[in-house]
Amino acid sequence: MRYQHSKVTLAVACAGATLMATSAFAEQITFISQGGAYQEAQTKAILDPVAEKLGITINQDSSPDAWPVIKTQGATGKPVWDVVDTPTKDCIRGGEQGLIEKLDFSKIPNAEKMPEKYKTPYSAAYEFYSSVLAYNKSKFGDNPPQSWADFWDVKKFPGTRALRNHPLATLEAALLADGVAPDKIYPIDVDRAFKKLEEIKPHITVWWTSGGQSAQLLSDGEVDMEMAWNGRVSAVQKEGGDVGFTFNQGFLQNTSLCILKNAPNLETAIKFVNEALAPEIQANLPLEIDYGPGNPEAFKTGKIPAERAAELPSSPDNAAKQVLISTEWWSSAEGEAVQKRWAEFIQKP
Amino acid sequence: MFLLLVPALAVIVTLLLVPLLWLAWQSVYHDGFTLENYRRILSEDVYWHSFLQTFRIAFIVTAATILLGYPVAYVAASLPRRWSIVVLAMVVLPFWTSVLVRAYAWLILLQRTGIINSILKSLGLIDTPLILVNNEFGTVIATVHILLPFMVLPLYATMQKIPAELTMAGASLGGTPAHVFLRVFLPLSLPGIIAGSVLVFVLTLGFYITPELLGGGRTFMVSMLVSRNVELYNEWGAASSISVVLLACVFAIFWAASRLIPVERLMGMR
Repeated sequence: MRYQHSKVTLAVACAGATLMATSAFAEQITFISQGGAYQEAQTKAILDPVAEKLGITINQDSSPDAWPVIKTQGATGKPVWDVVDTPTKDCIRGGEQGLIEKLDFSKIPNAEKMPEKYKTPYSAAYEFYSSVLAYNKSKFGDNPPQSWADFWDVKKFPGTRALRNHPLATLEAALLADGVAPDKIYPIDVDRAFKKLEEIKPHITVWWTSGGQSAQLLSDGEVDMEMAWNGRVSAVQKEGGDVGFTFNQGFLQNTSLCILKNAPNLETAIKFVNEALAPEIQANLPLEIDYGPGNPEAFKTGKIPAERAAELPSSPDNAAKQVLISTEWWSSAEGEAVQKRWAEFIQKP
Repeated sequence: MFLLLVPALAVIVTLLLVPLLWLAWQSVYHDGFTLENYRRILSEDVYWHSFLQTFRIAFIVTAATILLGYPVAYVAASLPRRWSIVVLAMVVLPFWTSVLVRAYAWLILLQRTGIINSILKSLGLIDTPLILVNNEFGTVIATVHILLPFMVLPLYATMQKIPAELTMAGASLGGTPAHVFLRVFLPLSLPGIIAGSVLVFVLTLGFYITPELLGGGRTFMVSMLVSRNVELYNEWGAASSISVVLLACVFAIFWAASRLIPVERLMGMR
């Protein structure tokens, strides 16, 4: 996105050179996240405090799509990166392909109280965002759509609609609209979901591709309701847009921390992961940006005000209303096949 | 003398030719020689539909730029030089604005809550907004706008060289203005039409940002297929095979056009 591959590679090479030159002196790790406002926010909230507390140096880099680099570094057998903040899917398939370390959770006590579904053998949840149902307030007044069944009900809720041009979370929404219980969504009944999507397809004005586009559609009043990422909707609200959203039937998604196999600073990396998941540290994140902490214990620290917690995707109350996206299902062969089928579905007139 | 070519040649070879060949190689080599990527393109409907839509859009855009550009070029070529420069400047000026900015400008004009629909509504001409964008139509409009200079400039260059005496001779022999235009001017301007068409057609084939922003997700052009395949297969080969096919199409178009008019003319060298 923001960084070209060549630039990232160059930065990685430089980081590698620095690493070799200084590793004898102080403990350090190379940490990769996704750049932009998000990386700036976590630098303030998490990385700087952790570096100070552990007395280590954290060399940062950004890669909007870490997976190709993880693969390349794994192929050489001598990775340069230590810890990556990336979609959980990368950690899982990386682990299966021998590119990601299996985490020894006995050395990560801060993750102990995290729900099991927030962890995999290779990763632990780092931060949460959500795909929610957002709507134009002035259009619907006191009776806005509150569920995907409402979104699908074009008679009771007339108006223009948008969905993301991607099957993830969209298929889940179709199933909820079709009356599937939230805990029965996985494994996804793909045919049933696409059948339900065919129903709403003629009423979709835009299949959006970028988060910025979804925000523009909402703030210009081009669509009356859509699925969008909660951070994008609250940004529109902050700019004075007359829009609302509900966490009800939202889809909780997260990125995770994982460590590269044979990471150059393995011991320090594990110490870092443990500290980055500490409730006190995690509680800093939502004070900087509209994302929820990966460790729900953060809500018990008293650092996050109640009204702020109500706005966050992963606060216990909001999480209870939502469905946690199953990364395992989406990284399965079935999930991959759906992504191919999606293009056909969109193209078909 | 030839030493002067070396810097430019080095840039082209290292930055264009080498990556291009490397990508083409990737499309047939993945843990051994494979034609899997090409089999996929031939057998899956998605690819066929995308190529079809892309060529259809390129065709419509080319036709529209001829219809819009020909009169402009004609006027520019027949005006005194001072005024023709003004006309051409107006054609070229938007060319210096970023494609991204122009795509958003069209969004502001064309969308449901946009300027055009608001005006039509306030005039009482429509009740429900027209769907002008987030579909193929909006994509075509913005693409025509972006590519119009590529049609007007070669047309102007050709028309300018058509001697005025020829049309006068036609008129003096008793031809009506329409007859003279159709029998004398139009055939002589044909090389300009072909050169402009090839440019516009080929450039449209590679459009990415415009259909992405104005296509509403339904307009799925080949360039978008390339980016989808990078994401889907995590392999350069799956994506580069598509661009190899597209590149082959472009070469075929150039070859066909060069049979009609000489290549140096196509490139605007004459």
